[in-house]
Amino acid sequence: MQTYDLEANGLRGLNSTLQEQNGGTNKTAWEVVNPKGSHAIAVGLDSPIDVTVKGSTGYYCAGMNQQATVRVEGSVGPGVAENMMSGQVIVEGDASQYAGATGHGGLLVIKGNASSRCGISMKGIDIVVHGNIGHMCAFMAQAGNLVVCGDAGDALGDSCYEARLFVRGSVKSLGADCIEKEMRPEHIEILKDLLERAGSDAKPEEFKRYGSARQLYNFDVDNAQAY
Amino acid sequence: MDNKNIPRTEPIQSATFTNPINAEIRRAAATGIYDIRGGGAKRRVPHFDDLLFLGASVSRYPLEGYREKCETKVTLGTRFAKKPIELDIPVTIAGMSFGALSGPAKEALGRGASAAGTSTTTGDGGMTPEERGHSSKLVYQYLPSRYGMNPDDLRKADAIEVVVGQGAKPGGGGMLLGQKISDRVAEMRCLPKGIDQRSACRHPDWTGPDDLEIKILELREITDWQVPIYVKVGGTRPYYDTALAVKAGADVVVLDGMQGGTAATQDVFIEHVGLPTLACIRPAVQALQDLGVHREVQLIVSGGIRTGADVAKAMALGADAVAIGTAALIALGDNDPKWESEYQKLGTTTGAYDDWHEGLDPAGITTQDAELMKRVDPVDAGRRLRNYLKVMTLEAQTIARACGHNHLHNLEPEDLCALTMEAAAMARVPLAGTDWYPGKAGF
Ligand SMILES: Cc1cc2nc3c(=O)[nH]c(=O)nc-3n(C[C@H](O)[C@H](O)[C@H](O)COP(=O)(O)O)c2cc1C
Repeated sequence: MQTYDLEANGLRGLNSTLQEQNGGTNKTAWEVVNPKGSHAIAVGLDSPIDVTVKGSTGYYCAGMNQQATVRVEGSVGPGVAENMMSGQVIVEGDASQYAGATGHGGLLVIKGNASSRCGISMKGIDIVVHGNIGHMCAFMAQAGNLVVCGDAGDALGDSCYEARLFVRGSVKSLGADCIEKEMRPEHIEILKDLLERAGSDAKPEEFKRYGSARQLYNFDVDNAQAY
Repeated sequence: MDNKNIPRTEPIQSATFTNPINAEIRRAAATGIYDIRGGGAKRRVPHFDDLLFLGASVSRYPLEGYREKCETKVTLGTRFAKKPIELDIPVTIAGMSFGALSGPAKEALGRGASAAGTSTTTGDGGMTPEERGHSSKLVYQYLPSRYGMNPDDLRKADAIEVVVGQGAKPGGGGMLLGQKISDRVAEMRCLPKGIDQRSACRHPDWTGPDDLEIKILELREITDWQVPIYVKVGGTRPYYDTALAVKAGADVVVLDGMQGGTAATQDVFIEHVGLPTLACIRPAVQALQDLGVHREVQLIVSGGIRTGADVAKAMALGADAVAIGTAALIALGDNDPKWESEYQKLGTTTGAYDDWHEGLDPAGITTQDAELMKRVDPVDAGRRLRNYLKVMTLEAQTIARACGHNHLHNLEPEDLCALTMEAAAMARVPLAGTDWYPGKAGF
């Protein structure tokens, strides 16, 4: 286990050290101490290393992650795992706005609650939130799965495309063009796998599925008020 | 009196309800949707044509045309980047997306720009291997849609341009209509084929200058502080936008006026939102000067740049470089008279064709149609672009030498006068034949 003291050694040193492991390393386990809410911790990683952040982080923790597993033993600021491509990011606490924004792949797990716009513009990432999520989540979500074990706030899935949204609790309101959809066996399979990997004991059968009604895919004047 | 002999009034067309306005009312009534088109503002606004250079005189001596050097090199990104971009000429190719433009057109832009020693820029839709391969210096745009955004391409870029806005549509997002969504475009954007692809008007994971500062930090951390980070804004509040971009940590500010082209937006947006390019430059330069970073943070100006004279005028007002979109497409063959019969079939004519979003471009540039895009030979079109870039540079040098300058960067506002009051006020240079401009202190 390698330990990096962020307060003592600075952000640039942390990211360049972790990024140096891109392309092969035997130093696979890292611990970051004294994060103190710093921004851009463990961004741009591209190797199958394990990074544990001992505390809470600021904006964009694990941004654009590839391959690495980043675990935050605290809460995260806005844009955790933004544009993640692959790998895993696990947040033990809560997440601020835009968690997993525009992510293309990999798995983001939030053990607490996620704030507004979680999964905004997601492009293939899987996100599992153990708690609740705020308003405008999965706005313009293109692809991937958003799983919410608690409740969802206002305007879930507004203007979403092909992303699948699964919510166990209540949904305060659905956004434009987002509807409840039939839960088919293949969806139960997807959910089962994601819940298992995210360490949740929720049952897939307890969830409802939401997604795009595909009514706004091509402009139609009769839908003008929905745009 | 015989009716036939009563003098008739002539039919008078309204200056308010003109034929084009009336046609638009009829079109809106028939379709229920606003007009979408490509290109920039077509209305006349105060522009570089309203400025003149004074040239040398007794008090200033000129440089010899072909004997005395007039440098054109420019370095972008000297503030924070480990590897600033060095260009041979101060004319760059603006961001235009693969998707809006065909693959061969993007390749031609790369070839032409590289041969002329300048950079080209990706657009909304990501980086293609063709354009990376053919561009010696490639700026990678970081846009609200994040279509195709990934860290591998980010690290392949020679600079990153965070796009906040565009002159054609400051405050607006993008729209690529279903007709242009080929399999390849759809795959790059992670969306189904054939649907309208909206690009958001603001970034999904930051709002405001304080967030932007953190976003720039993240991008620098991902790219090891190697490459310059530009911030592109549409011309609306150039003084504050420039100051805030500097505060957020930009290496370069790209400022795009309302004549700037777009691939597709509502006509009402293009014609009615934003400032003319001419009105943007002095406030932006003022902001840089007030912060003590003029020339340290470079300013790239775009929107309606067509000639070496435009380049020289933008630089005399304080820009470090310019960017061109529309003019580069014309050099490649856009709106060429040789396609006139096909333009007629589309209900338009050479020079006016702007339905780029429909994907039917006879010139094969703004299309994803496999047959039409064959009309662009990337080598030939690239050569034309290179020639055009060279001519613009020679023209700008001609003017700079005549004004006595051995580098284009030495052009200054004192080299200029204005033909109209409006241009004098906007450019803050004297009305021709006077030593006065509106707003000048002491009058
Ligand atoms: C076909 C086309 C596509 C464009 N696509 C983008 C884009 O993807 N991103 C962007 O920031 N600007 C885009 N622009 C705007 C240009 O980057 C630039 O600001 C503008 O073209 C400059 O003005 P000019 O066309 O008068 O030279 C596009 C412009 C055109 C003509």
